Amino acid sequence: MLTYNNNKALKTTVLVLGLASIMATEAVMAKAEEVKLYSERQPFLMKPLLEAFTRETGIKVHMVYLKKGMVERLRAEGANTPADLILTADIGNLHNHAKAGLLQKSSSPILQANIPAKFRHPDGLWYGLTSRARVIFAHKDRVKPGEVTSYADLAKPHMEGRVCVRSGKHMYNISLLASIIAAEGEAAATEWARGLKANLARRPQGNDRAQVKAVYHGECDVVLANTYYMGKMATNEKSPVQKKWAASANLIFPNQAGRGAHVNISGAGITSHSKNKAGAIKLIEFLSGHVAQKIYAEGNFEYPVKAGVALHPIVASWGSFKADAAYLSKIAEQRALAAKIMDRVRFNN
Amino acid sequence: MPSDTAAITDQLAPSAQNVSWGWVNPWTIGTAVIAGLAIMPIAAIVWIAAAPGEAIWSHLASTVLPGYIFNTLVLMLGVGAGTILIGVASAWLVSTCRFPMQTMFEWAMLLPLAMPAYVIAYVYTDIFEFAGPVQEVLRDLFGWTSKRDYWFPEIRSLGGAISMMTLVLYPYVYLLSRAAFMEQSVGVLEASRVLGRGPWGSFFSVAFPLARPAVVIGVSLVMMETLNDFGTVDFFGVATFTLGIYDVWLNMNNVTGAAQLALTLLIFVIVLVLAERFARAKKRYYVSSGKYQPLPRYQLLGPAKWLAVAVCAAPVLLGFILPVAVLGFYASAHLNQFTNSDMLRFAGNSILLSTLAAILAVLIGTFMAYGIRLRGEKLLKTIVRIASLGYAVPGSVLAVGVLVTLGALDNSIDGTMRRSFGISTGLLLSGTIVAVTYGYLVRFLALSFGSVEASLTKVTPNMDGAAKSLGHGPLSTLRRIHIPMIKGGLATAVILVFVDAMKEQPLTVILRPFDFHTMATIVHEFASDEQIGEAAPAALAIVAFGILPVILLSMAIRHSRPGHSQG
Repeated sequence: MLTYNNNKALKTTVLVLGLASIMATEAVMAKAEEVKLYSERQPFLMKPLLEAFTRETGIKVHMVYLKKGMVERLRAEGANTPADLILTADIGNLHNHAKAGLLQKSSSPILQANIPAKFRHPDGLWYGLTSRARVIFAHKDRVKPGEVTSYADLAKPHMEGRVCVRSGKHMYNISLLASIIAAEGEAAATEWARGLKANLARRPQGNDRAQVKAVYHGECDVVLANTYYMGKMATNEKSPVQKKWAASANLIFPNQAGRGAHVNISGAGITSHSKNKAGAIKLIEFLSGHVAQKIYAEGNFEYPVKAGVALHPIVASWGSFKADAAYLSKIAEQRALAAKIMDRVRFNN
Repeated sequence: MPSDTAAITDQLAPSAQNVSWGWVNPWTIGTAVIAGLAIMPIAAIVWIAAAPGEAIWSHLASTVLPGYIFNTLVLMLGVGAGTILIGVASAWLVSTCRFPMQTMFEWAMLLPLAMPAYVIAYVYTDIFEFAGPVQEVLRDLFGWTSKRDYWFPEIRSLGGAISMMTLVLYPYVYLLSRAAFMEQSVGVLEASRVLGRGPWGSFFSVAFPLARPAVVIGVSLVMMETLNDFGTVDFFGVATFTLGIYDVWLNMNNVTGAAQLALTLLIFVIVLVLAERFARAKKRYYVSSGKYQPLPRYQLLGPAKWLAVAVCAAPVLLGFILPVAVLGFYASAHLNQFTNSDMLRFAGNSILLSTLAAILAVLIGTFMAYGIRLRGEKLLKTIVRIASLGYAVPGSVLAVGVLVTLGALDNSIDGTMRRSFGISTGLLLSGTIVAVTYGYLVRFLALSFGSVEASLTKVTPNMDGAAKSLGHGPLSTLRRIHIPMIKGGLATAVILVFVDAMKEQPLTVILRPFDFHTMATIVHEFASDEQIGEAAPAALAIVAFGILPVILLSMAIRHSRPGHSQG
């Protein structure tokens, strides 16, 4: 840059030196053992878990939280990437990373013991850490028992004008539709999406909590949402009105007489160019272990993947349920098609 | 009576400094190099778009593409019209009329600039949706029980998105139009009055045409921001082109298709810019006299006076005061969620990055604008125009362009060092605040370059000629002549970039180092988990840190008017 007086030149020098020193500090600090992760799960959620890990192992954890562009960042950084592992909030993202060749195989007896086979990649490219179901919330009075018991019911004529959902393009709804494609085929899934669209009380909008809020306020009778939102709303001391929203609806596990409710996972995978694979495995082992699984279950109302870890009392109160047994990667394969079907039926219009 | 005479030169300017600086001078080369650096991420997107990938166009064309185009066009036209209406009207009122609270409105009109569009969208949804207090009160009043009993405009809609964006984006138009109105010589307006034009006539036949280039720059910034928006249209479920880009990228896992869509959007922007230039033809307006005196203001009386107050007060109330009050209410329950030291560190990061970006962007913008003024070759101009297109690329897509650019650079340096010296340098720039700053500069170049260029074009080339004939080189001329004359434009550029960088999310999130947070990334973190209350303190902090520079800016502009005295 051209500097046109001494004062400016001085400032520029200071700036450059400042930047250099920031980078240098980072280099010097990289002495103690550490694991670096790119995370699609929020820092506020991961903080207690990662602090517990550091206390137990002495390994420091550094993270970048990013929802979009993780695949592209890893790809651009190539062999020099500092990231040892990724954490995602959805099978779709794990699958995309695996498909792009950004994850490496790994195995560990502890992981095999902690995580059921259906929740991990056969070669250890990725591991599920928690699960959640996409369920139906139905108004306690306006929806009669037995009126809605399956995803298919949401698309039937008797629900006309009574259903609310968030954007059909949100990853939760895309995954659900992908699971229907995997189970029933493209044609049936298209029909379902079209039927659901026809029953909507309003154009798809808002987030999952906003759907339950709409039930409370009488805008619609049944909505789709993830299980943990029920727990988060029912215990929200800072925004107590959300307790009323949660209390107005029953949680219904769909498809209990059929293939079971659609379940998605949050999970982790080790990057192809990890500089500390052993540390990364330790972190995943820790996250799938008893202590961390309990924190997940209690802090975020998710279902632990490890057997024998107690559920949050609120989650336990919903009872046990049958989950769709389809292998998650098979479902993830159908996501692109699901997005196209949403386009074809003009779901969001 | 004013003693100066201002002339409007309605003809092609003597190509700025047709004089004899050749291609090989530091200004031209520097401008080309900087522009090249700014183009790299966009070139990277072109490279991604050219990679083989699943074809996406036939699917889109037969399904949602027409809807994307329609929604995007309506959104842009709506926000463009809304911001011109509010921005130009309020700028004209506060610059040329006298009415109650007019001096306060001079700076207050800018306040919504500090408010991120996605935040205001959350706030208004809570107020106006079916479950919100407004409709609740209406239902209670009229005994309506269900949605079918009455009609109420849907806030989560195209119209809602237009309203939200208009409310926070009109300050761009206000800012640039006001600067233009203030730079207009009294003589022109006096002449217009002497020739029998009333206030309306003077406005439409003299002041507005003179301000048009500035208004156009303001509106193009607004439209590029509109195209860029993801948060608002996503929350409202308005399927725009930008939403489509993210859908193809993330849901269909097709980054090639997404890059192709993003480039299509860019071509659209280019056509728009060219069309405007064509419409303006070759008209250039210069103020040829340096003599000014305070403009005698129109004294508004009676209803006109209160109408003026209403016109200025409504956007400030709706775009700033009401949302801040609601955010404050949310935040009150969440004030203790961060330790003070964390909050200070995040705020420090925000301020550091925004300051860095603002200073560098304006230095670069000035350099380039002046480089073009010195030697306005078509090629150079074209390169600079392309370089400032980053503003119209959706943030996350631009971030991918930056990732690819810096990743390729870092890895090739690393490869060379390994081969030659056996040392691995690893990633030098990727994942550092240099990367984030680079992203900001590419993104905000249009803001800084645009503001500076707008001011520079109003300085008559005769000035440059005079300086040259007195033996001053380009640097000395810039320092002694231009910078003093465009101080207002420079201040505008610094503040626009600063405030925009404070609000910036996608580039910061994707390019940042480990364990690095800014106020905007904190808002993003909580808002993405539907926790608006938790996001409120950080959102308020963004607004608070944005206000101060906005007020400073307004004062700078007030004092930048040539010949302006107090009052």
